[in-house]
Amino acid sequence: MIKLTQVSKEYPRRGYALRDVSFHLKKGEFAFLTGHSGSGKTTTMRLAHMAERPTSGEVRVSGYSSEKTTERNVWRVRRRVGYVFQDFRLLPNRTALENVAFVLEVTGTPKKKIVPAAQRLLAQVGLSPKAGAYVHELSGGEQQRVAIARALANEPFILLADEPTGNLDDRATRGVMDLFWDINAKGMAVLMATHDLELVRRYPLARVFELDQGRLVYDSAEEQ
Amino acid sequence: MYAFREALAAFRRAPVLTGLSSAMVGLALYVVGLFGLAAYNLELALSAVEERVQVAVYLRDDARQSEIDLLLTELAAIPEVRSVTFVSKRDALERARTELPEFGELFSDLDVNPLPQSLEVELRPGSRTPAAVEKVSAAATAHPFVEDARYGRDWVDRLFTLRRIGAATAAVLGSAFAMVAALIIGTALRIAIFARREEIYVMRLVGAKNSFIRRPFLVEGAMAGLLGGLLAWGLTYGTYRGVYSFLDFEIAWLPPSWIGLGLVAGGTFGAISSALAIRRHLREV
Repeated sequence: MIKLTQVSKEYPRRGYALRDVSFHLKKGEFAFLTGHSGSGKTTTMRLAHMAERPTSGEVRVSGYSSEKTTERNVWRVRRRVGYVFQDFRLLPNRTALENVAFVLEVTGTPKKKIVPAAQRLLAQVGLSPKAGAYVHELSGGEQQRVAIARALANEPFILLADEPTGNLDDRATRGVMDLFWDINAKGMAVLMATHDLELVRRYPLARVFELDQGRLVYDSAEEQ
Repeated sequence: MYAFREALAAFRRAPVLTGLSSAMVGLALYVVGLFGLAAYNLELALSAVEERVQVAVYLRDDARQSEIDLLLTELAAIPEVRSVTFVSKRDALERARTELPEFGELFSDLDVNPLPQSLEVELRPGSRTPAAVEKVSAAATAHPFVEDARYGRDWVDRLFTLRRIGAATAAVLGSAFAMVAALIIGTALRIAIFARREEIYVMRLVGAKNSFIRRPFLVEGAMAGLLGGLLAWGLTYGTYRGVYSFLDFEIAWLPPSWIGLGLVAGGTFGAISSALAIRRHLREV
């Protein structure tokens, strides 16, 4: 689970990015984090995997508190959280399979298990036929699938996705969303930041948070 | 093991970049090497000259053997003194004949040996200073049976000054060169690490430990430094051979310990520069 308690984040020059935000995302939930650009979505996502620490308040991720987790130990949090970006952030000059295998290798998976595990992850996102393709040979949708496979490599309990469909066309977006729901159906929580309200409306089952100028102004779970 | 494989893989993946940083490290250390070569030879030359710093204590002909022995013991007890040798009148004449053959006839025709007996005092390396020489000569001339003590005062003074200028120059220039080399090595490795910042970013993101991320870069830095050191060694040796053939006097090649030290310094510099350069990237996510 991810729990924010009265979290504020202030940057030296830009001022407050988040003000007094509290929410609790439970195990297995699917939630959208919406808001205009600059409303604090990315800051929230960064707080959720401890790339940032709050100025005040506390972030808890799978039992790790932002107040107690040191930079040295942040890897423990990262292995419990999968992260997907708008711009994929895959390693160029490597194949799809190598990109996924890289994660397994650097997190200490025994050597013999790496390639079979990477192949299984690519199969899970429907990319087995493209395992040997280099990143630049893949379409945007395919690249995002590789990124998702990579995010799943550590078997995290939650998938954080920051505008994952921002660079994708409609068809690829639907493919990626279906994949997220599949993953969620297997018990993994998903928190997806997006400014695309059209997209949010298509999935009425999901929980929705809305941020406005750094404040949490709407939480669909509290409405009901 | 992963660290070594990754470091080697980095060499393979970006041979031009790693080659360039090694070359930069090599050139930087080459300058240090040339300077070292010059400094080492200057040092050798100065030592050879200093080797000849000695005090000649001339004794009266009527000095008794017991007095001479006493003085010999006294002088040998001075901490700066390495050895004291007694040169008898006959020895002195013998030496004069062999060392000054142009006077050979003159010396052989003599009825009376005009050369005095003497004590030759050699000083320990590091103690061949004007002060030490002065001290020895003062101790000797205090005795009435000592005719004179000579050591070429001006010459020793000048040599001593030269030696101090040499040491100061070596220290200042040497550390300046070493600093420049360190900066160049640091920059070269910084570029190499910058080229792989995405990889570092992803590693941090997916939960690789910092030590795990750092290790291959340390190994890579050390290897680049070592490779650069070898390159510098080759370049310096090439220059040495080249210059050697032009000179009409001997210059010495660096002792193995200096070369070993240079290689170790290259590797260590490489690893440290890498560690410093990577710190920034480890804080990004």
